[in-house]
Amino acid sequence: MYKYIVKRILLMIPTLIGAAVLVFFLLRLIPGDICELRLAGTGLYADPAEIELCRNNLGLNDHILVQFADFVMGFLIFDLGDSMWTGKPITFEIGLRFQLSLQVAFMATFVAVIISIPLGVISAVKQDTWIDYVVRSFSILGIAIPSFWLGIMIILGLLIFTQHWLGEPWMPPIEYVSPLEDLGGNLAQLIWPAVATGYRYSAVATRMTRSALLEVLREDYIRTARAKGLLEKIVINRHALKNSLLPVVTVIGIEFAFLMGGLVVTEQVFNLNGLGKLFVESVLNNDYSLTQALVMIVVAVFVFTNLVVDLFYAWLDPRIRYS
Amino acid sequence: MRNVYSKLALSFALGTGLALGAVGTAGPAHAVKKGGILNFVVGSKIPSYDLHRETTFGVIHPIRPLYSLLIRVNPENPSSPTDFVCDLCEGSVPKGTDGFKKYTFKIRTGVKFHDGTPLTSADIVATYQKIIFPPEGVPSARKAFFKMVDSVTAPDATTVVFKLKFPSGAFIPAVATPFNIVYSKKDLDKHGFNWHKKNINGTGPFTFVQHQPGSFVEGKRYDGYHHKGKPYLDGYKAIAAPKMAIRLQAIRGDRAAIEFRGFPPKARDDLVKALGDKITVQESDWNCALFYTPNQKRKPFNDARVKKALSLAVDRWGGSKYLQRIAIVKTVGGVVFPKHPLAATKAELLKLTGYATDMKASRAQAKKLLAEAGAGDLKLDFSNRGVDQPYKVVGTWLVGQWKKVGITAKQRVQPSGPFYATLRKSSDFDISIDFNCQSVINPIADVSKFLGSAGNNYGNYKDQVLEDLYDKLLRAGTESEQRSIMRKFETRALSDEAHMGVTLWWYKINPHRSYVKGWKIAPSHYLNQHLDNVWLDR
Repeated sequence: MYKYIVKRILLMIPTLIGAAVLVFFLLRLIPGDICELRLAGTGLYADPAEIELCRNNLGLNDHILVQFADFVMGFLIFDLGDSMWTGKPITFEIGLRFQLSLQVAFMATFVAVIISIPLGVISAVKQDTWIDYVVRSFSILGIAIPSFWLGIMIILGLLIFTQHWLGEPWMPPIEYVSPLEDLGGNLAQLIWPAVATGYRYSAVATRMTRSALLEVLREDYIRTARAKGLLEKIVINRHALKNSLLPVVTVIGIEFAFLMGGLVVTEQVFNLNGLGKLFVESVLNNDYSLTQALVMIVVAVFVFTNLVVDLFYAWLDPRIRYS
Repeated sequence: MRNVYSKLALSFALGTGLALGAVGTAGPAHAVKKGGILNFVVGSKIPSYDLHRETTFGVIHPIRPLYSLLIRVNPENPSSPTDFVCDLCEGSVPKGTDGFKKYTFKIRTGVKFHDGTPLTSADIVATYQKIIFPPEGVPSARKAFFKMVDSVTAPDATTVVFKLKFPSGAFIPAVATPFNIVYSKKDLDKHGFNWHKKNINGTGPFTFVQHQPGSFVEGKRYDGYHHKGKPYLDGYKAIAAPKMAIRLQAIRGDRAAIEFRGFPPKARDDLVKALGDKITVQESDWNCALFYTPNQKRKPFNDARVKKALSLAVDRWGGSKYLQRIAIVKTVGGVVFPKHPLAATKAELLKLTGYATDMKASRAQAKKLLAEAGAGDLKLDFSNRGVDQPYKVVGTWLVGQWKKVGITAKQRVQPSGPFYATLRKSSDFDISIDFNCQSVINPIADVSKFLGSAGNNYGNYKDQVLEDLYDKLLRAGTESEQRSIMRKFETRALSDEAHMGVTLWWYKINPHRSYVKGWKIAPSHYLNQHLDNVWLDR
């Protein structure tokens, strides 16, 4: 098992290097630069000398290989540098948003898991009954409806219904409060995006749970368990479910990693100050240093999540670690 | 010299007490109620706190209330382009002496920075030295506004003297620019010129509490504020909300009371429909205009016949009627901010190419000109900015207008970064959307954009006739002389050569919660944002 983990960790290094090279050079192919945007983007007159000075100050006039060397060196010593847009340390910019993104990812995963596993199991056990059809319709709807659209509907619904019932429209808070400061305020803001995202996420996981469980339920050892006279509950919970969870764990892991940086539109809809929103802003601002750091962090999260999923596989299925 | 005096006196007189078309008001006079926190939403981001180097309203709205200016637009009459009042100076805004080449400001006494340091004239001098004569390597976005300034000195602790190289009516409006916030000399000396990027110490009505980047800026009432009795609010929170839908819903759901930039008409109508008299709407002409700029480096866009045809195809009056329902544009105008005394009247506009009301005749003439120029089936690449309001709306409208005379325009919409690279660097376009958006209204300075030699002109043309007219405009002494030359300038720029096309001027619509009182709309989203006169009626 130890060798397996070391091997997996070593495999992370070329992935990270490849991502670093790609992100650095691809970003520089985008036309325009941050100084043009910052000084001329509002339509006010911008002195070309000021734009040039801005480029010099940000190191954009340095040779591209010098810039690349700075980026790689910084990454190696864990110094991500400063955001070109705000001038603040990137670790500070990301740290602020990371907590929110992590909380939303956990809450959405929680929503997804508590919906998907029971529904997937029920749907498989009650295959081809009206219950199965209802669950399948529910999950197909979840896949079909984009999270951001559901988010917009949730906000509009809250505004309309609260105005109708309470006389004054209510919507979730639009600025983040830490759960340690105000748990109620925090949940009032984040529960809605967690539901909007978790629903789509659960739909994928429900379908995966159902199909995996159906496959396992047809295995010989399940037939044997039933022939032994075991209760159906025990057959499902002890023998079938654990073995059917492998693909479900993969889906949950990948979705979780995706949520950490990929909630771009949902974050905009709910005005969440998360990593997805920061990502979009940094790209739109041509903020190379911040975009590079964010891409590398998302890559690292994906690579790490994959590692965790692989380890979980090994725990679920001993044959994997022995091979 | 008498002419110069008349000209400068005129510059002050122009538009004083001028109604610029502000439609709404903040409501009838009430007894001011003190207290409360004003929550407002901001649709842009904060690059740094140093307004001297920044240009976006994303910094003005959250940071300006923490600082003061030497002079400012009159908060009680912000729609006037020439009504300036003292903020940190005392009495009224000084008139120039020594042939309008010397301006002496008396500085208020007893003013303290938020850290307790007393304000003196040395702080004003240090601030303007940083803005006008920044040391090498220190950016100053509006240095060019002060080309006329020779020196800034402080003969004593309460006096600041600006000496100009030549008389200029553009000087006082430049001083009133809301980005010229006053810093403490002590901070500049002790911490250097980059300290204000990340730190705040002003004399404004509010003190800095916190900034959560990407989320909000919070300020609280400064009890030592120099305008006695103000501010009325206990504090404010400027909440970042890049998406317009969120800003709109935030006002509807009362998470925010106001957004100071402006909403499109549909958003206003939705809010009014949903909330009735709980919403007050203030509207004004906006000192921003969208243009289209043909790239005259490319054929046939260097041919006046083609440029005229492009303008003749555009139905501005009809466009205004319909576009004002869906976009933040409304007013038909020429090169000068509409309703300013130097702006063209409707009768004068109608004489310009592309401003006639008989579109059938205009378009027939456009087709004829295109045929004469050998461009009967003109196909062009039209570069536009990927921002809905009003760029994409107006851009799409222009494509339709040109199609009516047989011009096929392929609209290429790009995000702001690539769009600017195309416009400013590569000039890789046949026609591009362009715009001018200023804070303090200063027509003589603003129309310089139409000069081929201007740094913010992207048409790639040289027109000495226009340059000479502008030179005369700068020296014109009377209003009638200025108007007369401005008309010639306008005719040359928009009709004879049709270097650029003015589409429609923007229209600012600010629906806000009715309990917000005291704030008056200005013709720019950069102006009147100190919030010291805002109060909450609840």
